[in-house]
Amino acid sequence: MRDVAIIGAGMIPFGRRDEDSLMDMLAYASLKALDDAGMGDKSVDAVYVANMGAGMLQHQTSVASALVDRLSLYPAAAESIENGPASGGSAVKNGLLAVASGYYDYVLVVGGEKMREVTGWRATDFVSTMTHPTAEYVYGITLPGMAGMFTRLYMEKYGLTRDMLLEVAIKNQSMGALNPYAHVEMAITREGIYDSPHSVVNNPPAADPLHLYDACPVSDGAAAVILCPLEMAKKAAKTPILIAGFGQATDTHTLQEREDPTDLKAVTLAAHQAFEMAKLKPSDIHVAELHDAFTILEIAESEHIGFFKKGEGGKAVLAGKTRLGGQIPINLSGGLKARGHPVGATGVAQVVEIVFQLRHELGKDRQVKNAENGLTVNFGGFGNNVVVFILRRVKQ
Amino acid sequence: MAIDMELEKVLRAPEVEQPPYPSKVITLANGKKMVVREVTRKDVPTLLKAVHPTLFIHRDYYDIVGARLYAELLGWYTYRVRNEYCIIGQVDGFLVGIVNGRMMNKDIGISLHTLAIDRGLRVGSHLFASKMEHHIEYLGQKEVLIVAESPIGFRRWMIEYGLEKTDIQHELGGASSYRLTRELYFDSKPRLVVGDRPVPPNLLAKAQEEILIADEDTIREHIAGLKGR
Repeated sequence: MRDVAIIGAGMIPFGRRDEDSLMDMLAYASLKALDDAGMGDKSVDAVYVANMGAGMLQHQTSVASALVDRLSLYPAAAESIENGPASGGSAVKNGLLAVASGYYDYVLVVGGEKMREVTGWRATDFVSTMTHPTAEYVYGITLPGMAGMFTRLYMEKYGLTRDMLLEVAIKNQSMGALNPYAHVEMAITREGIYDSPHSVVNNPPAADPLHLYDACPVSDGAAAVILCPLEMAKKAAKTPILIAGFGQATDTHTLQEREDPTDLKAVTLAAHQAFEMAKLKPSDIHVAELHDAFTILEIAESEHIGFFKKGEGGKAVLAGKTRLGGQIPINLSGGLKARGHPVGATGVAQVVEIVFQLRHELGKDRQVKNAENGLTVNFGGFGNNVVVFILRRVKQ
Repeated sequence: MAIDMELEKVLRAPEVEQPPYPSKVITLANGKKMVVREVTRKDVPTLLKAVHPTLFIHRDYYDIVGARLYAELLGWYTYRVRNEYCIIGQVDGFLVGIVNGRMMNKDIGISLHTLAIDRGLRVGSHLFASKMEHHIEYLGQKEVLIVAESPIGFRRWMIEYGLEKTDIQHELGGASSYRLTRELYFDSKPRLVVGDRPVPPNLLAKAQEEILIADEDTIREHIAGLKGR
């Protein structure tokens, strides 16, 4: 198997993009990644498109074929990858395997989703279709509902507090305010969302004990990367970023079937695989993008990866260990919480953000100094399908 | 324009004197302080400058809400609408939202429009709640008739307040009215109506000194966003 590197990365600002179709967004992000890779007139051998809901939301299927046509990338092989909110991670993994196998040299991986052209209710229902159809969905479960119950259990078992969740929200929105690609470019204060009696309106309960500002927004957006063999990447204009390790694991479809619903086994397993492959340990990671669709998930994932012991993740957030300059900076993009969560795009956007970090391209207010290794966690379902990547800056 | 005051007496609507709405201050999610206060007719020309750009923003029905609010404020300014009032929100002196309504009679209030200029901070929710507070607690009315012209309004008003559907034609001419009763208002008040009184003198003075209006491009950006351009 060949080593595989990322030679181009691009994304478009996430948010509400009324003027753009899904195909527009996928095309813009792809072109940015192709330009970033310095591909010029060179085409790619294959295209992997991560998307969860075009069939439901846009009444459009076969988006990969449509994108190849839109960008005149024929006769590139093309496939759409649907794996819930982990679609992006899955698409990067499929692109990685295709290049590693030696079958393709240049691969475009792009993820995108257009969720804002339906109402928030319909978007929530769309995302809920990933739950078990007869054991969960029919009873009205939503992802915020699941996250609320998960948070309550975490509070009971590990002593997690509302303060810890608030700190994640405040941290990530403060970083989103610095990220031009973020959907929510607005810092929030503890007074505004908790301490003031007025916060009852500003930050109403969403799914007890979670509130509005514990959840990510519903977003439109797209992100893309270009992969190629490491040996060829060394000739690229920009610093190549090696995909040093990856892991993917699954768990039961329903939460109730898990021996301990607070144990995110798929996160632990996927991270373990990635660390083994990269021959690294959690303390070697300099920056991470975790899947904080809800504030609780950033804390839980940081523990299951091994950054902190179980029950210590929330305390680490309060101690500032996950801020820029802390022990392990997490979600300096603003995370899903502020960058936004166009579900099909998210896993790719996480990789794009880490590429920017490892190429040392960000402003001082978001850049981890001398970052060499980065990690992403793309969390599908409610932890039933998880993809982890470890990226490494290639010394040239 | 010369005004024939004799004819004007016929054209102007007679009005009842309304108790004032006492100013309050609300802390927003970003920690900024929004002063909520009633304005007078003399402020209308300033407000119209802020409403004008919304006439051309199709997103989220801002055009229809903006056009109608513009006409209502102009109607109030020229004494062509009876018993109207207007409440605004200001942050650092800048106008961030406008609501208006009127007394149909002593007991029944009419909610007219709610226009948030700075979005994503629940400015519209806070100002709509202030409007309901004015009708029920300060004008002492028994009920307020409300319609929504946008899905956002429907979600914010009809669902969050649990309003009663009626067969009464709202005077805005669209769908049948929903009704906020005193009972519904006081049931909803703990979770939807907030604000501190009195407003600290420095904050109130800053707000009263001048209603600052962002330039048209900034207003359009606040409402429609830059993303995707």
